[in-house]
Amino acid sequence: MTAAMRPNVSACPACSAAPAAEALAEQEAQKEARLALSLPTIHCAACISAVERALVAEPGVKTARVNLTLKRATIEAEHDVTADDLVRVLDRIGYEAHELDAGTLSATATDKAGRDLLMRLAVAGFASMNVMLLSVSVWSGAEDATRDLFHWLSAAIALPTIVFSGKPFFTSAWGALKHKRLNMDVPIVLAIVLAVATSLWETTLSGDHAYFDAALTLVFFLLAGRYLDHRTRAVARSAAEELAALEVPRAIRIHDGEEETVQVSTLRVDDRVLVRPGGRLPVDGEIVEGQSELDRSLLTGETVPVFAEPGMAVSAGEVNLTGPLVVRATAVGEETSLHRMADLVAIAESGRSRYTSLADKAAQLYAPGVHILSALAFVGWYLYTFDVRTALNIAAAVLIITCPCALGLAVPAVTTAASGRLFRKGMLIKHSTALERLAQVDTVVFDKTGTLTAGTPELTNLGDFTRRELEIALALAAGSSHPLSQALVHAAQDAGIKPVPLGDLQEVPGYGTQGTLNGKLVRLGRAAWIGAQPLAQTSAFLSLEDGKSRAFTFKDTLREGAEDAVKALQENGKDVLLISGDSAGAVEALADRLGISKWVAEALPQDKAARVQALSAEGKHVLMVGDGLNDTAALAAAHVSISPASALDAARVASDIVLLGGDLSPIADALTIARSATKRIRENFRIATIYNIIAVPLAVAGLATPLIAALAMSSSSITVSLNALRLR
Amino acid sequence: MEVLTYLIPISLVLGGIGLGAFLYTVRSNQYDDPDGDAQRILSSEWDEHPKP
Repeated sequence: MTAAMRPNVSACPACSAAPAAEALAEQEAQKEARLALSLPTIHCAACISAVERALVAEPGVKTARVNLTLKRATIEAEHDVTADDLVRVLDRIGYEAHELDAGTLSATATDKAGRDLLMRLAVAGFASMNVMLLSVSVWSGAEDATRDLFHWLSAAIALPTIVFSGKPFFTSAWGALKHKRLNMDVPIVLAIVLAVATSLWETTLSGDHAYFDAALTLVFFLLAGRYLDHRTRAVARSAAEELAALEVPRAIRIHDGEEETVQVSTLRVDDRVLVRPGGRLPVDGEIVEGQSELDRSLLTGETVPVFAEPGMAVSAGEVNLTGPLVVRATAVGEETSLHRMADLVAIAESGRSRYTSLADKAAQLYAPGVHILSALAFVGWYLYTFDVRTALNIAAAVLIITCPCALGLAVPAVTTAASGRLFRKGMLIKHSTALERLAQVDTVVFDKTGTLTAGTPELTNLGDFTRRELEIALALAAGSSHPLSQALVHAAQDAGIKPVPLGDLQEVPGYGTQGTLNGKLVRLGRAAWIGAQPLAQTSAFLSLEDGKSRAFTFKDTLREGAEDAVKALQENGKDVLLISGDSAGAVEALADRLGISKWVAEALPQDKAARVQALSAEGKHVLMVGDGLNDTAALAAAHVSISPASALDAARVASDIVLLGGDLSPIADALTIARSATKRIRENFRIATIYNIIAVPLAVAGLATPLIAALAMSSSSITVSLNALRLR
Repeated sequence: MEVLTYLIPISLVLGGIGLGAFLYTVRSNQYDDPDGDAQRILSSEWDEHPKP
């Protein structure tokens, strides 16, 4: 879990650059006295005390508490303590820390719904144990007054418990009935109510059989299923929120010539916003100062950075690469193109809600069947004996014995086991039916940039250069943080090249770096600046004293596990497609490298969604894997979707499953696990049905006693849970 | 059978104490950090009272 929980930090420029140190030092507007830090590397008691000691020793910090389960520290401090100071303190003692946006986290600080379910579960457990104790005495031969006393005691415990613990079922069943539908909770509620009512009646008449224990165990088992289901989703939700909270929404506003750090939500149209190299644009706008290059890959899928200069229109979500830019905001918040894309998602998403889960399908078959059966038993016995009491007792027994105790556990037990297993592999299941949908997938569509590729370039033609050329190029490249320069530095250093000393080394934002060698100018940068012909591939150009230019060409590095994932999917007989917004050359090169025969280049966001919808219309079940804003519509339109943790927030929200690590290879495993999970769910339904086939005739024949009901219920629930555990 | 008049209330009260204790632990956030609690027991530092 340690490695899996760590989001891909380098691919999230906003979090590394947004809290720029100098700006924060001057900033006093920070209102929150509560800070949260994500600590992905802590794992032991020593880590906890080291971190807490270091934080509390810092002046202004009042309390610091580490939560090891969430790998998070909560700090209460004076207003002038910034998260950035604390991150540096922890860095000094060797712990990686990232600021978390307290606003995003506070939404789920306490899991109220989960706690509510747990309380009801505890009360139901307490009551059913006590009532079972009394019932066992009755079954083992308590008679007359003793039996009646025990029944009355059971009733006294059961009635308030049912009212309190059964509330989730009552509200859900009432909601379904109000909309004239039947769900699994309708037969449950009917069985509980009928069981309690007939048992009370029997008790007043000093009858032999009371089903209080059955009603309570039923509630207990079903609540256990509910709670498991809730836990699985709550874990996924809190991890997803942690990812969102890592992108602290801050921007640097220039106000009367002063820089101030503000929340993105407070930016207005016509504000001037400073974006430092490495930062993500918080608003749509127009560049008013500065030159740089912009990485648009998250929005369009293009890998080649575009040149940016004053007067150019820019969109929120683009990443500034080389020089500082001042942007005049033309659209903020909900109006930005980043948010408008969410509308596309909303339209596409309506298609997905049509999927009916296996549990719902079972309920649709099961609920009417049970009601009819129990009504028939009532009518049949009434006509046979003309005794309402006998007929009602038998009808109640039928309802209790068929009651979907095992069915209520069948799905949550399996999904909890499967989600836990996938979580350890670094996958977060966000949607409750995602596993079932994943099991049906026959076509996989990949996005290129940021999904199959890591978004970092790699030099391809190192061998074409002389040692001297490389030495000069390395010296120039070392002066810039541009991704291409960094790739060049890496490749040259790996080859053992040492830089030559250059004079007047300087970076010209948006163009490249230049310096002087023996009094002559040497440059490394864009084709137009060097005076060379641009190439189709991603490339950087070097010009030497002689005035001739040489091209360094780059290719995208593959994301870890991309090759394995594609190969494993193809071996499993899945159809693999590559749809990208990038140029045809780059897409074809990658498709060849991975052995993907079907690819589409220069696809607009609408094209991607349309193609996914077209595939669905052909009856295919599409898994979409993508990370960019241009993928969100396709992610929402697909049958099921996966996005990496480095993806934009909008893309993560639109997808069902989030890959927490940088590795793609778990995707193929996920499909296998999903298939076996669905198989287990179906098996569980079958097991539950077999129990019913054996027990129902007994109940209808009037031979069922509370003991038989209790045995059938417990054994079927336990078998189903054990079967789910076999998945591990 | 008179013994039942003692035993049944006793069993109910004992069970009730268990239930009450569980509800108290849930309400006071004692299940928020199970991993951390398991590790903190190994630490020689007292993080809250009672200090010795």
